[in-house]
Amino acid sequence: MEKGEAKSKKPARLCCICNERRPVLKRPKTLQQICRECFYEVFEEEIHQAIVKNRLFKSGERVAIGASGGKDSTVLAYVLSELNRRHSYGLDLFLLSIDEGITGYRDDSLETVKRNELQALDRGAALLKVDKLVTGHNADDIAETVLLNILRGDIARLSRCTSITTGEDGPIPRCKPFKYTYEKEIVIYPFLFQNLNESIAAYTLLINTYRGFAREFIKDLERLSQMREDLSKWCKACVLLEGLNRGLPKMGIGRARGGVNGGVDHKKKETKAGSTVKSLESKQCGSLDF
Amino acid sequence: MQLTLEFGGGLELLCDSEKIHKVNVDLPNGVEELTMKDLLSWVRTNVIKERPEMFIKGDTVRPGVLVLVNDCDWELSGQLETTIEDKDVIVFISTLHGG
Repeated sequence: MEKGEAKSKKPARLCCICNERRPVLKRPKTLQQICRECFYEVFEEEIHQAIVKNRLFKSGERVAIGASGGKDSTVLAYVLSELNRRHSYGLDLFLLSIDEGITGYRDDSLETVKRNELQALDRGAALLKVDKLVTGHNADDIAETVLLNILRGDIARLSRCTSITTGEDGPIPRCKPFKYTYEKEIVIYPFLFQNLNESIAAYTLLINTYRGFAREFIKDLERLSQMREDLSKWCKACVLLEGLNRGLPKMGIGRARGGVNGGVDHKKKETKAGSTVKSLESKQCGSLDF
Repeated sequence: MQLTLEFGGGLELLCDSEKIHKVNVDLPNGVEELTMKDLLSWVRTNVIKERPEMFIKGDTVRPGVLVLVNDCDWELSGQLETTIEDKDVIVFISTLHGG
């Protein structure tokens, strides 16, 4: 009994969507707090919308799902077959799995491996005579790929790596229905669904791979952007902006005692001596007129 | 206090490939309630066997590690400040693995 109380005590608010149930997840995309039931609904609906808006499939198409046995492709296979039934896409779905013969991703040749694997996927898709190949690339993967392509200076890939469908001029176009889906939600989706979780093959940790570094960097950035509020205390640009917004254009400018106290100092001066204020005001402040 | 710790998404590899750990954690001296912050440093010392940097960064979990306390995202309960009670179930899942 005590246990039940403790459980319901923790998150004080209710689900942002239904306003009825206890939230279990903070959505990384919207920062909404939502319950399990609403999570499944929005998660699946967003993928459905991505498919419909981008016209990824036509009725009657044969579609291969590139399945690695990892979480992304397992969730993709599950969600696609569910949506196919629910919204009558009329698709013939196939699972296409490549045994690359590697047990761990622990060496630096991961990228080469992946590239070979993708070629193998193409050959497999050709064998199955499918019209399209879908992969489990998610929003986080795409962000990493953008960063990696910048680091490599690969302009050609940079320009096309964010398209939801690629290779339309080739024999088998590829698409990513998870383009707008955050990794956190993909990871948590099967977790709240015990039976699906069991079927996901052993996870492998990305260690010392280029992509692993990019991934960590992006995760760090994500955390920073969530802390932006707190950061504004130290960030010079934020202090300057705040000064402009509050009509204190000198805030954070000059050799005063630091940006944080800038605003306070300014006020003190105003009350102490009118002459100081006057001299401050007579200084030019960029091209802004006050 | 009795706690159940679960490691997933590859994190189990850091603790003898054992996914579920039933543990008994004593409160540090002079502390009245256990927070996630205390628990993380306890886990790091007592459960993690190798490469702790895959699990901890600074005083919190590495970015990209998902934490659930009683099946609820710890971002909703105050992250490091979340208080832990007897028989709680804490799940750590790494999202930093291959797809």
